[in-house]
Order: sequence, then C-alpha cells, then structure tokens
Amino acid sequence: MKVEGNDWFYTKEVKEHFMNPKNFLKEEKEIKEFNGYGKVGNMKCGDVMEIWLLIEKNKIKDVRWRTFGCASAIASTSAMSEMVKGMSIHNALKLTASDIMDKLKGLPAIKVHCSVLGDEALREAIKDYESNNN
Amino acid sequence: MTKTKNIQNTAKELYMDYSATTPTRQAVLDEALPFFVEKYGNPSSFHSTGLVAKRTLQDARERVAKILNCDEKEIVFTGSGTESINLALKGIAFKNMIKNKGLGKGTFITGKIEHPAVLETLEWLEKFGFNIIEIDVDMNGIINLKQLQNDIKKNQEEGLPVLLVSIMYANNEIGTIQPLKEISEICHKYGVPLHSDGCQGAEYLPLDVTKLGVDMLTLNGSKIYGFKGTGLLYKNKNVIIESLIHGGGHENNLRAGTENIAGIVAMAKALEIAEKEKKKETIRLKKLRNYMVKKIKKEIPKVIYNGSATKRLPNNVNFSFEGIEGESILLRLNEAGIRVSTGSACASQSLDPSHVLLAIGLPHGLAHGSIRFTFGKDTTKQKIDYTIRELKSSIKFLRTISPEWNKQKSWRKR
Ligand SMILES: Cc1ncc(COP(=O)(O)O)c(C=O)c1O
Repeated sequence: MKVEGNDWFYTKEVKEHFMNPKNFLKEEKEIKEFNGYGKVGNMKCGDVMEIWLLIEKNKIKDVRWRTFGCASAIASTSAMSEMVKGMSIHNALKLTASDIMDKLKGLPAIKVHCSVLGDEALREAIKDYESNNN
Repeated sequence: MTKTKNIQNTAKELYMDYSATTPTRQAVLDEALPFFVEKYGNPSSFHSTGLVAKRTLQDARERVAKILNCDEKEIVFTGSGTESINLALKGIAFKNMIKNKGLGKGTFITGKIEHPAVLETLEWLEKFGFNIIEIDVDMNGIINLKQLQNDIKKNQEEGLPVLLVSIMYANNEIGTIQPLKEISEICHKYGVPLHSDGCQGAEYLPLDVTKLGVDMLTLNGSKIYGFKGTGLLYKNKNVIIESLIHGGGHENNLRAGTENIAGIVAMAKALEIAEKEKKKETIRLKKLRNYMVKKIKKEIPKVIYNGSATKRLPNNVNFSFEGIEGESILLRLNEAGIRVSTGSACASQSLDPSHVLLAIGLPHGLAHGSIRFTFGKDTTKQKIDYTIRELKSSIKFLRTISPEWNKQKSWRKR
C-alpha cells in the first residue's frame, strides 16, 4: 500500500457527497415550495437532519435537506436525496439504511447510525405530507 | 474544484496537530541512528559491545536527570507516556495490595480532564477496591484546589489513606496548565505523593521536579520530537512502587526488558533540544497563538475559545464553532491539506464528545463542534493565515447546510 498525503477515511462516494453535496437547502425562502417536512436526531448524539419534500401525484418531485453531523451523515443525506428524487412515495417508504449505505459503497460500522437517520427523516417527511393532505 | 487546486499549489500538508504527535527532529534521529546498526549491543552483556550500550544508557540517564534536576536513579525509561502513567498508578496500587493481601485499600485522587491513560487505569483499579475521586475543573480547566484539599482531608479523617494524587501538568485538548506547585503543597501537607502527566508540558514548560514539587512525573518522546513508543517516569526515591513488568533487573527493577537504547538516546536528545529552545519558542508561539485567536474571533461569528486565555500552552488553540460538527470541519480542512483534531464524538470510537470539553461546562452541541489547532517548530504566520482562510470557508459552508445553525439566531453566551 502506498500512503499518500491526501488519503481519505471514507469511500470515494462518501467523499464526493460530503465535499460536493447535492440538493441541500440553500436559502430559507425555498422552503415554501415544499409540502412535506421531517426532522430527526438530537444534539446530544451529535446528528440532526431536516428534509423537505415536494410531493405531487404520489411522487417525490423534489427534495431539499440540511444536516448537522459528521461527514458520513452529510454524505448519506446527500446520497439519499439523489436516490429519492422521482421515486414514488410507496418506494421511498421502503428505502432502508442499507440501501443508502450501498449507494455510498459502505460506511465504517460506528458511523452506521448516521445514515439510519436519513431514511427516518424521509419517513417523517412523507408522514407530514400525508397528514396535511388527507 | 478550485479547492483541490489550492491544496496542491500551496500546502500539500499543513500540520497543525503537534499535540497528537510530533515529527522526529533530524538532530534527534542523527544521534539515535548509530544504535540500530553499528552500536547494537545489549547493556546487560559482559563484553565490550555491551559496555558501549551500557555507557550510552548511563549517559542518557544522566542527561535526562540533569534536565529534571533529579538523581539519575530516579529515572525509569519506559515504552510510552501511557506506560509511565500505568507504572506510576498501578505501581502504587500493587504496593498497597501486597500489604493488604490482594485487596486495594485507599483512595486515588485525580482530575476530570485527565488523559484516558490516567482515567481508565484508575477506573480499572476501582475493581480491586480502591476508591477513585475525580476533582472538578473550572471553565478554564483549572483544578478546584479547595475540593482537592477537602477530599484529601475527608478521606484521611475517615481512615482511608490517600495513596496518590495524579494531576496533569498541561491538558492535551485545551492546553490548560495546572498550578502544580500549589497542588503539590496541598498534597504534601497531608503526606500524599503527587504524580503528574507531563507529556504535553515537556516541550514548553519548566521540568525541574524539585521546583514543580512532583514526586513522579511522566514524559514521552512522541510529543517532543523524539520517538513514538518511548517514555520515562521520574520517581522520587522516597516513593516506593511495584514493577509491572518482571523478568530482569532492568531500570532499577522497575521495568524489565532489554532497553530501547536508540529510543532512550532520542529521548535525552529531544529533551535537551526542548530545554534549549523553550524560552525562545514559547515567545514565538505565544505570539502566533494570540494572533490566531484574535483573528478567528474577529473573522468568524459565534465562536467560543475553549480553555484559559493565560494559563495555557503556547502552542494550543481550541475553538468551538456554533451550529456545526467538528469531524466535518476537520475533514474539510484535511482536504485543504490542514491537519487538526476535534473533540467531537464522530471522530472517536465513542458516542460522547470530549470529556474535557464537557468538564469545562460546554453543552454537547458545542463540544461536538470543537477544533484543536496545535503548533510546532514549523508553524508560521503564513500557515496560520492560510488555515484561517480555509477554516472560514469550511465553516461558512457547513453552517449553510446545518439545521442547528439556521435554527439558533441568538448568540448563546457562556
Ligand atoms: C496528556 C497525555 N498523556 C499521555 C499521553 C500518552 O502518551 P503515549 O502516546 O506516549 O502513550 C498523551 C499522548 O497521547 C498525552 O497527550
């Protein structure tokens, strides 16, 4: 093994999503275009996630998020946001933590709880949408 | 994208983590190298090759004793700072257990912000019956002297001897320097010996053990431009401890095993250089430290400077950045070539953030959001400027995507 000055602790996929995350909420005013909101986690354990969904005809048309947490938490939210765009609610509800992990080509064992939050936040947001629209 | 270019152009590696470990100094390596291939003897051998090693060992011991202002017989060379600490604490504990037919009887007193080498060793000793007390620190990280004195007094009045007080010289996370002299005066008033973990202090602080008033002092090579995997314990001849490693009479019967001559020579040389440069380097780094602190406070909103402003190692800067998490700051800085540490749980094997930051009263969120910058011999103002530039952009970005940052619009004052 050759040790380079810039070796990385996570997979290439995690690094890419962490350094250049997709679909995060850039400005507060974007929020009003979305119709489902979910927030999970707490400061004590050190991970908090917020997700906004735009759901039309049972499909996730668009998604935004914010995440407080380590690189793997940020990367897994970003990866999840790419995965669910265009997905039906039905399929999105079936999304698991290990699906997100697969997309990131794996996470260190101790980090797994971070990505678990991603799918939980997603479910919260879908629940929020459904309770507002039923 | 531009960021990646930056790394390659300006700083492939900008090390700001000298409290984690230091590179070995060239002069230290040069002096130690002959003891691998050419002068490879075993000090215990009864021939000329062995004698060279024996004399080298003796010489290194004298050089170290001179710096610590102690007798050469009071130096025990070990395999790390952690080992020295284990020897000091367990050495006292085993002595006590031998007296009490295998049971531990007595109290150890330490501080809340000690290195795990101290805290976990004492936690383990609890299983044998010892009573362990952890003294609080104030928001600067300074030990509560009143509480220390009261706890010693109370224990002794209740018939529980206080076997040892162990308080670190300087803290590895926030750089707080403890008033060792005052601590030792309290201990000695009650006849209690004092051990101090001096690993972080050795490079910059005085090491005269009589002036410090310590009965045992732990140092290591890893933090003073010596070798990793080397350490020593100063032990006053009046303090009696048991050995942890048996199998020969090495190190005055306190640490069996063929001596690491190269590492010991490196340790002596590293201490000598540290001693020589201390004054000048402290002045230089203090200036840089104060410059960085001032600039971060001015240029980045909602930061907390952790630790003491004045009773602090010259090479330590520790900040919490509100609304974001430390590991993500660390890794973004790492991408810019900058190496730092964090007190966040995310960068450790536990789910709790740094016990040091919690002990000085930081809430969990701010403890997770801490970054430690520690300087060393190659740190310059230019490197600090580059670091602050990269820090600012990392913080700005991470705050943009943070629910915590966007939630709290009010400046929480400590
Ligand atoms: C304050 C303190 N004590 C003890 C140690 C342990 O030293 P070593 O790594 O040589 O075992 C360290 C370094 O990690 C330290 O910073």
